[in-house]
Amino acid sequence: MALGRTYSVALVGLNGYIVEVEADIGQTLPAFVILGLPDASLNEAKERIRSAAQNSGIPLSRRKITANLIPASLPKRGSGFDLAIAMAVLLAANDVRSTGRTVFIAELGLDGRLRPVRGILPAVMAAVRAGYPDVVVAQGNVGEAELVPGARVQGYSTLARLAFDCGADPQDLALDFEPEPDDGDADAGADALQLRPPDMCDVSGQGDARRALEVAAAGAHHLLLTGPPGAGKTMLAERLPGLLPDLGDTEAMEVTAIHSLSSLTSASVRLLRRPPFENPHHTATSAAIIGGGSGLPRPGAASRAHRGVLFLDEAPEYERRVLDALRQPLESGELVIHRSAGTAAYPARFQLVLAANPCPCGKASGKGVDCICTPTMRRRYLARMSGPLLDRVDIQLQVERVSLADFGQPGAEEDTATIAGRVKGARERQLERLVPFGMETNSQVPGRLLRGSLRLAAPTTRILDHALERGVLTARGYDRVLRLAWTLADLARRDTPDADDIGRALNLRQATVTA
Amino acid sequence: MRAKDALGRRGEEIAAGYLEAQGMRIVDRNWRCPEGEIDIVALDGDALVIAEVKTRTSLAYGHPFEAVGVDKLSRLHRLASAWCRDHDLRMPLRRVDVVAVLDDGVGVPAVEHLKGVG
Repeated sequence: MALGRTYSVALVGLNGYIVEVEADIGQTLPAFVILGLPDASLNEAKERIRSAAQNSGIPLSRRKITANLIPASLPKRGSGFDLAIAMAVLLAANDVRSTGRTVFIAELGLDGRLRPVRGILPAVMAAVRAGYPDVVVAQGNVGEAELVPGARVQGYSTLARLAFDCGADPQDLALDFEPEPDDGDADAGADALQLRPPDMCDVSGQGDARRALEVAAAGAHHLLLTGPPGAGKTMLAERLPGLLPDLGDTEAMEVTAIHSLSSLTSASVRLLRRPPFENPHHTATSAAIIGGGSGLPRPGAASRAHRGVLFLDEAPEYERRVLDALRQPLESGELVIHRSAGTAAYPARFQLVLAANPCPCGKASGKGVDCICTPTMRRRYLARMSGPLLDRVDIQLQVERVSLADFGQPGAEEDTATIAGRVKGARERQLERLVPFGMETNSQVPGRLLRGSLRLAAPTTRILDHALERGVLTARGYDRVLRLAWTLADLARRDTPDADDIGRALNLRQATVTA
Repeated sequence: MRAKDALGRRGEEIAAGYLEAQGMRIVDRNWRCPEGEIDIVALDGDALVIAEVKTRTSLAYGHPFEAVGVDKLSRLHRLASAWCRDHDLRMPLRRVDVVAVLDDGVGVPAVEHLKGVG
């Protein structure tokens, strides 16, 4: 038989499609052609495959090799098809026996080793879903591939060994060759970083801010921190992920899949159980934040922060376009990006934390006597965060400089674990109450529900109603206060918010920014 | 005569023998014109065959077939026309074949034959 057939997976965004790889050996002069919209790195596969096969002791046929990737209309990219093409060609030459419905995903080294590739997790998920549970990957990808329930994963270190197991003639096979595993370094780096996540006990004083952070964590409310430089805005924001509960099974798979796709090292072999934290620089472009790139779009910081925290430090310094691009994912939890080679949808349900100085010089807090900014400058600065964006931020808090009395008393503050315990309890209460409505956290509850099934008694909401009447509070602001009040009640283990909760909620959302 | 020429010569002998054994009739050998040389001209039934012979002693520097590139192929087609003009012949059926001879000087030489390439 001069025709070989194997299977692989093409990823478009996080969605994988089974790709059938056909290889044909024609009786004409030596050539290697790949059909089916290959990109540059896939076209380079020809040279990698030829050398890898040669150095593994099973040289490819010296005829015209045509590899066809089906469906032909689906754009394919990357080096993950190397192994599937190589096996199809060997199959066409009768060097190995048929591999049936096994899916091959690995890059080949010139020496015949199998190298790990990005996006193994979503690819294997797609394969299993499509009814192809048998997967062959590089040794370095086995851990990640095995995260997928129902997948039967086999890892190989070299093409020679795989060919041997598929019935190739062991005579010339380079079976002695054993490359060193090449996933060590990146993993070690990740472990070192996770050694000690920032803890809340490092934050001195800042009682209001600590409380606000706890509420934000408990109800998954978006948060805006304004305050002078050095007040500890960044410090606080970095400690928010630590307060969030562990990710559930489905969420953890989503998060790991995105990180598998976007990491350059393909070192994510563990399931990510902790909410991610993304902290892009304020010069970032909208493609870097929401995703993009040439050809098929890649996930951006907003998607990498899925089920975690997206922290925009110095928020007014961001391009307005970038900030406004976040409104769509804040609403829908998803980003759909269109590019020449196709459209990709990435999940982006993140908790947004914005930090801002009160003015360009940063000194306009408190009495603001040192501030050298004109009122116009100050207004313009904060107005860069558009109204529609801030409308979605439930908690808007002013952070002041730490006073001497609070400073330098280490050990006096609650640590992350204690607060996270309360947050976890509050989340459970919310889940119990909101699951019938198809929601999980207070931040998702629409006003219709707040003023409908979850309506509070009139005496409780008196101050709110009063504020609305006087025009101090908008209707949208009214709903936001209610959402926060519910979270406060959940944290205090009360079944419904009381007037106190409403009062404190009002305090928390006190807009420091006129928006 | 240099060693590589002697090898080429021997390869062409082997190839010619092979083609004859396949039922072709050799009509010309090593025909030259300013543009180049045709190793073997043969008749396969009604078809005129322009055969290029590549001979190697080992695969260390690649397979003989890999030495026939796009340029070489188009030259062979031009040479085929030149040969027909020179002999005042019109051959509607005309093709270019490549014959690879692998001769390590010890065993029986291995011959591979590709018909109608390019």
